[in-house]
Amino acid sequence: MSSNKKYWKSVEELNENSSIVETLQQNEFVEEIPTDEFLGDKDTLESSSTSRRDFLKYVGFSTAAASLAACEGPVIKSIPYVVQPTEIIPGVANYYATTIANGFDFASVLVKTREGRPIKIENNTDAPTNGVANARVNASVLGLYDSLRVKSPMKSGANISWDTFMSETTTKLKGLNGKAIVLLTSTMPSPSTNKLISDFKSKYGNVSHVTYDAVSESATLDAYQAKYGKRGMANYDFSKAKTIVSIGADFLGNWQGGGFDSGYSKTRIPTNGNMSRHIQFESNMSLTGANADKRVPLKPSEQRLALAKLYSYISGVALPGVLPAGLDEAVKAAAKELSRAGSNGVVVSGIQDVNAQTTVLEINEQLQSAAFDPKTTIFTRQGSDKAVMQLIADMKAGKVGAIITNGVNPLYSLPNPVDFAEGLAKTDLSIAFSMKQDETSTKFEYIAATPHDLESWGDFEFKSGHYSMMQPTIRPLFDTKQFQEVLMAWNETSGSYRDFLKSYWTSNILNGTSFNKAVQDGVYMSSSTSSTGNSEQTIVGGMVDDVSNSFGLGNSDETTVEETILESNVLTGGTAARALADSAKSEGMELSLYTKIGMGDGQQANNPWLQEFPDPITRTTWDNYITVSKSDADAMDLVNVNVANGGLNGSYVNVTVNGVTIENVPVIIQPGQAKGSVGIALGYGRSSQALKEEMKTGVNAYPLYQNFSATQNVSISKVAGMHEFACVQLHNTLMGRGDIIKETSLEIFNTKDKNVWNKVPEVSLNHIETPVTSPDVDLWEGFDRSVGHHFNLSIDLNACTGCGACVIACHAENNVPVVGKTEMRRSRDMHWLRIDRYYSSEESFEGDNEKKENISGLGSSLSEFGEMENPADNPQVAFQPVMCQHCNHAPCETVCPVAATAHSRQGQNHMAYNRCVGTRYCANNCPYKVRRFNWFLYNKNDEFDYYMNDDLGRMVLNPDVTVRSRGVMEKCSMCIQKTQKTILDAKREGRLVEDGEFQTACSAACGNGAMVFGDINNKDSKIAELKENDRMYHLLESVGTKPNVIYQTKVRNTSKA
Amino acid sequence: MKKSYQSLEDNSTNNMKQVIYRNLTSKILYLGFILLLTFSTSLTAQEGDPVNGKALYRTNCASCHKLDSRMTGPALRNVETRLAEEEGLDREWINAWIKNSAGLIRSGDPYAVKIYAEYNQTAMTAFPQLSNQDISDILAYTAEPKPEPVVAEVPTGVQGGGGDGLSSDIMLAALALLFALLAGALVLVNRTLKRFADEKGIEVPVKEKGTPIWKAFVQNQFLVLVTVIFFLLASAYFVYGFFMQVGIDQGYEPVQPIHYSHRIHAGENGIDCKYCHSSARVSKHSGIPSLNVCMNCHKSIAQVGDETQAEGISEYGVDYNAQIQKLYKAVGWDATTQQYTGETSPVKWIRIHNLPDFAYFNHSQHVSVAGVECQTCHGPVEEMEVMYQYAPLTMGWCINCHRETNINVKDNEYYTKIHEELSKKYGVEQLTAAQMGGLECGKCHY
Repeated sequence: MSSNKKYWKSVEELNENSSIVETLQQNEFVEEIPTDEFLGDKDTLESSSTSRRDFLKYVGFSTAAASLAACEGPVIKSIPYVVQPTEIIPGVANYYATTIANGFDFASVLVKTREGRPIKIENNTDAPTNGVANARVNASVLGLYDSLRVKSPMKSGANISWDTFMSETTTKLKGLNGKAIVLLTSTMPSPSTNKLISDFKSKYGNVSHVTYDAVSESATLDAYQAKYGKRGMANYDFSKAKTIVSIGADFLGNWQGGGFDSGYSKTRIPTNGNMSRHIQFESNMSLTGANADKRVPLKPSEQRLALAKLYSYISGVALPGVLPAGLDEAVKAAAKELSRAGSNGVVVSGIQDVNAQTTVLEINEQLQSAAFDPKTTIFTRQGSDKAVMQLIADMKAGKVGAIITNGVNPLYSLPNPVDFAEGLAKTDLSIAFSMKQDETSTKFEYIAATPHDLESWGDFEFKSGHYSMMQPTIRPLFDTKQFQEVLMAWNETSGSYRDFLKSYWTSNILNGTSFNKAVQDGVYMSSSTSSTGNSEQTIVGGMVDDVSNSFGLGNSDETTVEETILESNVLTGGTAARALADSAKSEGMELSLYTKIGMGDGQQANNPWLQEFPDPITRTTWDNYITVSKSDADAMDLVNVNVANGGLNGSYVNVTVNGVTIENVPVIIQPGQAKGSVGIALGYGRSSQALKEEMKTGVNAYPLYQNFSATQNVSISKVAGMHEFACVQLHNTLMGRGDIIKETSLEIFNTKDKNVWNKVPEVSLNHIETPVTSPDVDLWEGFDRSVGHHFNLSIDLNACTGCGACVIACHAENNVPVVGKTEMRRSRDMHWLRIDRYYSSEESFEGDNEKKENISGLGSSLSEFGEMENPADNPQVAFQPVMCQHCNHAPCETVCPVAATAHSRQGQNHMAYNRCVGTRYCANNCPYKVRRFNWFLYNKNDEFDYYMNDDLGRMVLNPDVTVRSRGVMEKCSMCIQKTQKTILDAKREGRLVEDGEFQTACSAACGNGAMVFGDINNKDSKIAELKENDRMYHLLESVGTKPNVIYQTKVRNTSKA
Repeated sequence: MKKSYQSLEDNSTNNMKQVIYRNLTSKILYLGFILLLTFSTSLTAQEGDPVNGKALYRTNCASCHKLDSRMTGPALRNVETRLAEEEGLDREWINAWIKNSAGLIRSGDPYAVKIYAEYNQTAMTAFPQLSNQDISDILAYTAEPKPEPVVAEVPTGVQGGGGDGLSSDIMLAALALLFALLAGALVLVNRTLKRFADEKGIEVPVKEKGTPIWKAFVQNQFLVLVTVIFFLLASAYFVYGFFMQVGIDQGYEPVQPIHYSHRIHAGENGIDCKYCHSSARVSKHSGIPSLNVCMNCHKSIAQVGDETQAEGISEYGVDYNAQIQKLYKAVGWDATTQQYTGETSPVKWIRIHNLPDFAYFNHSQHVSVAGVECQTCHGPVEEMEVMYQYAPLTMGWCINCHRETNINVKDNEYYTKIHEELSKKYGVEQLTAAQMGGLECGKCHY
């Protein structure tokens, strides 16, 4: 029976006489097809020399030619060495210990080279100081192969030879008629370089050396210098601290040169029921705050008062000023905990104020903190704000004859580049030692092309007595010379810099030990006092003295400079705290400038790995932004929305500080941001020809960094438009799913049974609740892995700080492509290893879990689940590194139609790229969403003009790992190339593999001990022990995938429970 | 510079003085010699035996001397006569020099010093073990006239081949002729028979003309179908075969920039593969030897033996000596001064064995751990005049070997435990590479 129903597409259709329906029925295409536009243009058609026939001929010919060409295989040539260096065996990696020291990051590292090419940076585990490479240091190997490097010395934009350069500059330096020569350098704690500089001074007379850190630690240095007489920073060993109170110090990030996180992580793993307690007072949500047990958001001005009050509560000295009640309580509680901890406590602060830093030193001395080590001075920041400002003033006054920069980019990173440019015009000679034609060097007369750290010699004293050696790991790629070499030529010192370095070390530092040994180790520890004396000389010879002495200034100027320094340094003890309390004045919105984990001070902005590195907190790539608290955003009508394609959009604001306005700064609403405060990262918005177009991302916040102060009063106004972010994580909360990140409090962990806080999920079997690990509920037949190796990777959520070094290490090891901002926005990121960051929706994750449990009924679930999508104002934060979980019962395997992915006896889930046909079923069936699809060909493709698109950049590729092509799925392989190599080495040597030999790129890069990799069939191994640990759980255990990646439950030292 | 010039001058004046003096002594010696000759015949016994001399020369002298060209030491053809005529040096001097050249130099003998200086101050190895008779044998060998250079024979291959072809052609022609004759005879017989039949009036039944075979074929649809299916299957078979060999370069034998003969090196000279391809022991690459490895031997081998040279030209059309010259040019070696010039031009070899990027292969695993002979995969290299790809290098070929080959567990502690447990599990005496996990995708593809 046919139906009488009439189907209609719109109401209009029901109206029988509608003319619209009539027209639409007649006309299939509502809009006319623009054939006329194309064919109607008679002139073009007729004038075209290609007829249809010709066109077909061309098509036919090219098809035939292409198929003919395809028949013949390419002829591949191999060119062996003429004389093969004995230490190089093609196919076998060589490791060299060296140093990355670029003025912002200082690290002793091992460099893996293949066939003479450095391809990866690894940790130098022998180094007692800074032996752990952070994300930026890991990525710096790519800077070596930057195609935009300066390839020879240049004069006014044209290439010249070194001979010309040397003869011209030497003549000019000698003909300055007594005008000052200024060396403006980044921090170089290099004993031999300082000797060369002092030689240069004595040779040319009127020379001064000004050290400039783009992101200044001047206040810390001044405070330390006033108290301990040396220009440096106090050393902190957080592994000796039980109670850590930080006021605005991002010490897991870039605070005071970084490198404190491995000590911190040691105390975070609960051992014998103990772990450290960490209280963080801060404005922006930093990596450190995210890891804290208790985080107190407060405005920068309140930080000053909080620190003063902390001092007051500990020392008992009454100080003026009133904190809001809640804050005051928090400070009081912190003070109480510190006093109780005594020498186990430590206080750090990131407030860039001499009084604040003096107060911190006072408190730590008072506590007799074990973690606080003022005797060991850190030298990795040397800059002096006053000296730099004095220099600019002198340049503008025409007192500077020659300016020579090394490793700095003042025309980008100064808050007042215009003043510097004005002064530059008045100098007779300007030479920039630089690897790039950056903002500064292009404005200088000469560019002295410098080699990369991996092509250079050098020596560094990171801390008193802790030396690190730099040696070249590759012959210089371009016609470059080190700053030191040129200095030697100007000094008319003969020989190479290496010879100079060796003789300097032999006579001054080594004390009879071998120079070659020091170079081979990459580090040298000196216990003798001679080195300290030497470094003291270094420091005193550094900056402040020079400025006053050597500019040829009048006496009156000299005294003013010294007076200002004294003035700021003279305060001690309570006075400093009092001054600090007085300085805490708040006016409207306050800005905290910070540096991101990925970008640092911005000198590596042309590094696509770092641009694509998701910020650990906001998970945003390729951008900087202003972070605003939710309530401030609501007040100003600023929004973050997820649009239909899944991308995150944010409002724009104009940001004004003291009349300087940056326009169109995108807004990220940041949970945990203190109300009334905002934050912007420095290091973005580069604009010179040193960067590819794609890398010119974000806005330059340095103009707001006025007077080198990281905190400013700011006014913000909303402007039209929405910014398109490339954010890799769009969902911010766990929605009470406590089995993703299991966590508990120290008290419960210590007192309750494992089943309370780390319960194995249960499923119902014949109406009996059965643990999911039981074989009875398993759909799969087990696969015997008891023989041979069985790899597991343990990730300790307590030790992981979320620093992301592993992400970059994985990038470098596994030839992971860079896809660019647009593709990232489409969620087509290729990172094999991601670090998920979750905020709690309630005060704590536990609160989330409770809330979810208590939801009942439709009404409640509709409203409350919606609420749980929003993070709290000051949420708890958790990090979770997630890579392929290498399931023993892998869901991806069963759905692959071509068996391209398969499990192995060793526990790794294999992925055969050449077999994959790209159905992407596996990615859909993966509960962990760790599979990555090659939507495009990311190498040798002009559409993706990153490092894999030029011959130079491709030199960084790991020859042991396939470079994937378009249309195949890829994922973490658990570094099978590394495990296979370890096995092969053992086989060749006829021995067993020892524990600790097996490493993945991520576990080797993790200096915090969060990632441990090994063979669980080796019962004596660390991983076998961790596998049996009470804290062990599997991600989404209830799914029954039996992963080979294990997590250790996060334990928080919250005082509450 | 100046100083050495000075000393040269000193040398020459010394020489001049001594020449006069020596002339005198040599006259006396000559006299004595004649006397000796007349009075004793025993000296004639000192006449050397060139055959023994050749053997001695090969073992003792050939590493540094050639007969006709300079090497580490000077050319030795007719050395005795030349020394006597040019320098007036006699057999005794030669004996002294050979047995202890350093001593002679120390004693200040002017010619000894001169030679020493001329050859980069490298003293000749002392040969105290050689008797005077040995030396005279060697000298007799060096005094043999230079053999006529082997005239490069016009490669006879073509001619000979042609000859073979001719004979078979004749055979074929003869056969063809025979068949033609037979056919002719048959036709003739047939015609004759027909004529007889006609004459006799016997009617030969005329065969009715049926449908032509092709028409019948077209009409038989079943046959057509079967044929079509057959042709389709056959073409599918060939198309499949064609596509399956795409990218498989078995037998790939490119012309290399230097004609390097593995036959001579690995075959005739029996040099171990891993002497040159040393990284095969420790690395994934077997490594193309760097040119300095070649020069370990070729510093002193500037020319191949005459027979080898002749063989090269006749059999392979290759001038081996010219190939060695190519090596010298590439490595920047000046054979006349025996020194490196520093001007190198690296050799661009054409790579023969090309595995795709997605397949990982490690030589050391197979060579050092498994102890697989190089020839297993590379074929009879020691017989290859020009290297070619012996194995198909397909995945099936790899897998097959992994299935058939037992792992080499001998004296390897790594395998002890795992082999014991696994062989028990599989119930076998010896595990194959496949049973060890050698078939897992990820072992070669990552």
